[in-house]
Amino acid sequence: MSAAGMVQTTYREAVRAAIRAALKADERVFLMGEDVGRYGGCYAVSKGLLAEFGPERIRDTPLSEAAFVGAGIGAALGGMRPIVEIMTVNFSLLALDQIVNTAATLLHMSGGQFNVPVVIRMATGAGRQLAAQHSHSLEGWYAHVPGLKVLAPATLADARGMLATALEDPNPVIIFEHVMLYNMAGELTADAGAVPIDKAAVRRLGRDVTLIGYGGTLGKALEAATALAADGIEAEVVDLRTLRPLDTATIVASVARTRRAVVVDEGWRTGGLSAEISALIMEHAFWELDAPVGRVCTAEVPIPYPRHLEQAALPQPAAIVAAVRATLGR
Amino acid sequence: MSKDDIRRIVIEEIANIAPDTEPGAIDPGSDIREALDLDSMDVLNIIIALHTRLRVDIPEADYPLLLTIAGATDYLAAKLAG
Amino acid sequence: MSEFRMPSLGADMEDGVLVEWLKQAGEAVSRGDIIAVVETQKGAIEIEIFEAGTIERLLVDPGTRVPVGAPLALVRGAGEPARPAVAEATPPMPKSEPAPAPAAPSRPVARPIEARPSEATRDRTSPAARQLAAVRGIALAGLVGTGPGGAIVRADVERALAKTGAPTPRRGIDPGEMRKAIAAAMARSNREIPHYYLTHQVDVTATLAWLEALNAGRQPPERLLLAPLLLKAVALTLRDFPEFNGHFVENAFRPSAEIHIGTAIAIRGGGLVAPAIHDANIKHLDELMAALRDLVARTRAGRLRSSELFDPTVTVSSLGDRGVDGLLGVIYPPQVALVGFGTPASRPWVVGDRIGPRMVMTASLAADHRASDGHRGALFLLAVARRLQEPEGL
Repeated sequence: MSAAGMVQTTYREAVRAAIRAALKADERVFLMGEDVGRYGGCYAVSKGLLAEFGPERIRDTPLSEAAFVGAGIGAALGGMRPIVEIMTVNFSLLALDQIVNTAATLLHMSGGQFNVPVVIRMATGAGRQLAAQHSHSLEGWYAHVPGLKVLAPATLADARGMLATALEDPNPVIIFEHVMLYNMAGELTADAGAVPIDKAAVRRLGRDVTLIGYGGTLGKALEAATALAADGIEAEVVDLRTLRPLDTATIVASVARTRRAVVVDEGWRTGGLSAEISALIMEHAFWELDAPVGRVCTAEVPIPYPRHLEQAALPQPAAIVAAVRATLGR
Repeated sequence: MSKDDIRRIVIEEIANIAPDTEPGAIDPGSDIREALDLDSMDVLNIIIALHTRLRVDIPEADYPLLLTIAGATDYLAAKLAG
Repeated sequence: MSEFRMPSLGADMEDGVLVEWLKQAGEAVSRGDIIAVVETQKGAIEIEIFEAGTIERLLVDPGTRVPVGAPLALVRGAGEPARPAVAEATPPMPKSEPAPAPAAPSRPVARPIEARPSEATRDRTSPAARQLAAVRGIALAGLVGTGPGGAIVRADVERALAKTGAPTPRRGIDPGEMRKAIAAAMARSNREIPHYYLTHQVDVTATLAWLEALNAGRQPPERLLLAPLLLKAVALTLRDFPEFNGHFVENAFRPSAEIHIGTAIAIRGGGLVAPAIHDANIKHLDELMAALRDLVARTRAGRLRSSELFDPTVTVSSLGDRGVDGLLGVIYPPQVALVGFGTPASRPWVVGDRIGPRMVMTASLAADHRASDGHRGALFLLAVARRLQEPEGL
């Protein structure tokens, strides 16, 4: 692709472009959520869409996650292709019953008669000083639930391309957008479109250790890899992209080559996604390992409000570098 | 083709079929099946190889005449002369 | 996406060393292609793949010992977009191999006596290093660890290998290893399988005459031996006697719909392999002869294919034209029967009310009493004899 085919954009604009394209491509698609219409979305993702598509397709909802997620599930059952936006994963707990007890189970409980083609987008993660009720990373909880597909776009191309593929999925898909990524700027091909949602991606090649991250931690892992390269340590960086189902093959193949792994997860360590990945590596690549699998996770505290404490609680490149050195013994 | 040439070819073809043996080192009058531990498949393969290489007709009834290196050499020499 | 796994090439096989990849990542493969060579106790075996697609990724480096069932490569199915393989079931964990005996010196003899090794004093060796050391026969004792906490890691073993120039796993048949494989399988057979034996003398005068007449009209490359007739007679008869064709696994006999005859092939100088001729019941005699010739050549060259080793459903052992009157076989587990044929010999024989010389061959059956009884065994052996005596029906 030549430079002429590239456009300057941001993660926020890429998500918006994805929603706009989906609305244009399929009249069954509509966007629903708190403040998505007149306000333009709490992270300004849907700004301008109300004017373009009208209130039938860009729907502001009452402040009840249980109600509007339930409505989205009902619409999906009725043949629509709703995109439901929840402001943050913390608020999604109010809709947990709808997501886990209804959306994820109906196909099973109806003996395959009813599928729920809903896509639920929500923001996740910390870094904006929004304190403990707006900053957590609970995507690992959703990744625990059979019946859901869980995505975590970490790049512009994935922000632009994952939604279309998710909408094609006959079953519920949850997309986690990390709050610190919305302002990320970069170039995207002008014709960027749908991308596969079932495969992890190797974002940097290396021979000494595999760093495994996703969403908000991908950038930090890449930053750590750059720092390590200055010391002659070549880290491979795997972007999980999809948190459920995990792409075991890509993870195992990379670790089998580098023989060391460090998982970087903004969720908490205990019972988290990083534990699952570590277990997978143990099950599939134990005899390939040269060191115990390392983990860099968020400190086991509610995310603090003060900036310095918030930053101290989160996985940072320096901690990743230290964890890598521990696996190498240098 | 001299008899020596024929003997050399017989030994070569046996060695091709049974590369783990040394047909040149055995008594040319001994039964190759005993001396080299060859089975019926080996013997058939040797006969096929000689038939193909020397373009001579070898009826099955004549097989017993080819079971020693000396016998095979004489048999093939006679066939080629005829 | 699917995982291409180390196949089991017999009841006695626990693992194999990947010697060579014959296909690389990105290459298209079709059903039956040979994609790798694996060193086993039965020699270097060519491993086939049984699906069409594209090799997505090779997971194992040459020289690696891989347990049966462990993934070797990822294969993307034909027409399948790049999809990940999410293994629902955990593959069997590689078994720990006994580390080779440490080379005694270089360790201080007078060690302080401790109640038990504590965490701090215990030698640390990474799984990857242990694996490589076991495969290549390198003693871990005396190696200097450069990993975390001074652990011995794979690179340390590689350095040691470079210094000692330890040989890479060799190809072809290792008689010692083959002996071990035979010992394990046959000991297990006699330990677990309650054998019973039946023998029957068969007048094969007409059979041999038929064969001779057939061969008289053919050039040497097209001629048949007696062996394909024996295989075909057994294969056709097995259709009516399913209790002799299949496997005894998990305390139950499982008959097989296909008839794959394990054909005992002796290795000069000792050793034996019984690779399969597939679907012998539906192969023409000429096809069986070609298959047998090919199998004998590759067995002796140590180049068998995986499918020939993992699925024989019965074994036929024939002593050929230079043997003794008969044999009583040891069944190859988990099969349940072995049919043996002795060397045909001229014997005094009663035909009608006269005694005359006839070519007589002793057929035998060794069968698993858990799967069948002697009465059925006798009927089976008689039926094989009858088919042999009517070779035009083969």
